[in-house]
Amino acid sequence: MERRVVITGVGLYSCIGNGKDEVLDALRSGRSGIIYDEQRKEFGYRSCLTGMVEDPNLKPFLSRRERIGMHQPAMYAFMSTKEALEQAKLDVDFLDKNETGIIFGNDSTAGAVINTIDKVRERKDTTLIGSGDIFQNMNCTVNMSLSTIYKLKGINITLSAACASGSHSIGMGYLMIKQGLQERVVCGGAQEINKYAMSSFDGLGTFSILQDEPTKASRPFDAGRDGLVPSGGAATIIIESLESAEQRGAEILGEVIGYGFSSNGEHISNPNFDGQFRSLNMALSQAGIQSNQIDYVNAHATSTPVGDSMEAQAIHSVLGDQVPVSSTKSMTGHECWMAGASEVAYSLLMMQNNFVAPNINFETPDEDSAKINIVPEMMEKKIDCFLSNSFGFGGTNSSLIVKKFVK
Amino acid sequence: MNREEIISTTKRFLSEEFEVDENTILPDNNLQKTLDLDSLDYVDLVVVIEENLGFKPTADDFKAVDTFDDFYNLVEQKLAELA
Repeated sequence: MERRVVITGVGLYSCIGNGKDEVLDALRSGRSGIIYDEQRKEFGYRSCLTGMVEDPNLKPFLSRRERIGMHQPAMYAFMSTKEALEQAKLDVDFLDKNETGIIFGNDSTAGAVINTIDKVRERKDTTLIGSGDIFQNMNCTVNMSLSTIYKLKGINITLSAACASGSHSIGMGYLMIKQGLQERVVCGGAQEINKYAMSSFDGLGTFSILQDEPTKASRPFDAGRDGLVPSGGAATIIIESLESAEQRGAEILGEVIGYGFSSNGEHISNPNFDGQFRSLNMALSQAGIQSNQIDYVNAHATSTPVGDSMEAQAIHSVLGDQVPVSSTKSMTGHECWMAGASEVAYSLLMMQNNFVAPNINFETPDEDSAKINIVPEMMEKKIDCFLSNSFGFGGTNSSLIVKKFVK
Repeated sequence: MNREEIISTTKRFLSEEFEVDENTILPDNNLQKTLDLDSLDYVDLVVVIEENLGFKPTADDFKAVDTFDDFYNLVEQKLAELA
């Protein structure tokens, strides 16, 4: 028997706000979180633009043992997960006694690995690395930390799928609950922000160099776009079976009704129309809805010339030219491994508060973006159902459809 | 470094590293229990000793350490060997 899957908690640690309230304000007002990071210039970056969050002080919340295995992805994810679990009214005592899983998206721990290697190079003795680094260095760092801190007893896997990691994490959690294998799953995505993490990506020349006005550099779908702006943080989405949510008396924030996915099977970095087209259609088919029932599309659009055009074509082909579209990356930059989860969170906030966040810096359409309905300024609108796209290197695509909960 | 200096120096870095109250570090108290050390923490104990005192104790060295007094004996012995 297939079960309904609902969202009961959302948490955000984002460059546009620490927590949902600050993020909601940024989304409404179109406030960018992009800065110029001087450190990157000295380090040899071509572009010094980035979204920025501070490393949180976790000492008030966690023991030394819990903290020393955490680097940025886990630290950020603790903050977002803490907020999400509080909203879902799930505490450690409940989680200890009631099987709950964690499927979290993360695809790098570069900063932590480099710190460790630097220690060995200097000391020439692996014992002197200390006991925390191994847990910071592994890609499953978020899962290891959160599952032990919160005593999670269900599925425990890290989802590594490039810039679609966060989206697939929700999709896979959705499938687990839908099939009756889990009652609730902590899903999300985390992305480290440090000069080591994005240096090889910067080297490809795909980052914007519109550095004079950082907040105007990320311009998805605009004809003047010249590349993406990296970013990071963490987002957590708590999903659970409708039965579980109702039994606990949790507030239901939305219902996941469709998960489409595909792999391009072609070039390692170039986007592909067919892969995106298939992912979008699969999500609609799984959701059992018509394209005109989508009230808002949160686009993957990262502000790269080719990627945005390809997505505009795919959206136009599958959803037509009327549905409002915006890329919140215009404000956040590209949150990479985190993006698929954070963008579901941003879209949920819009759905709950009846507005579409603006695709800031969209001034001049190009041939492809002119064919779809991009929203350049905040628009009051009732949203009953939205679709969120995420596409990643290696040609991994994910599309999620979430709707307002109706009993 | 005399015994008093060893006590004050180690008290400082042990309380800082393992986040315990300095006043709980007393000669007759059990080191493992007071610092709440698990097997992983012993690695960090080696790191802070090496960083602060310049030698690296082995697992065998810790077999003779029960109380902080035992620990101070170990430090005295190792520092003497270094000198």
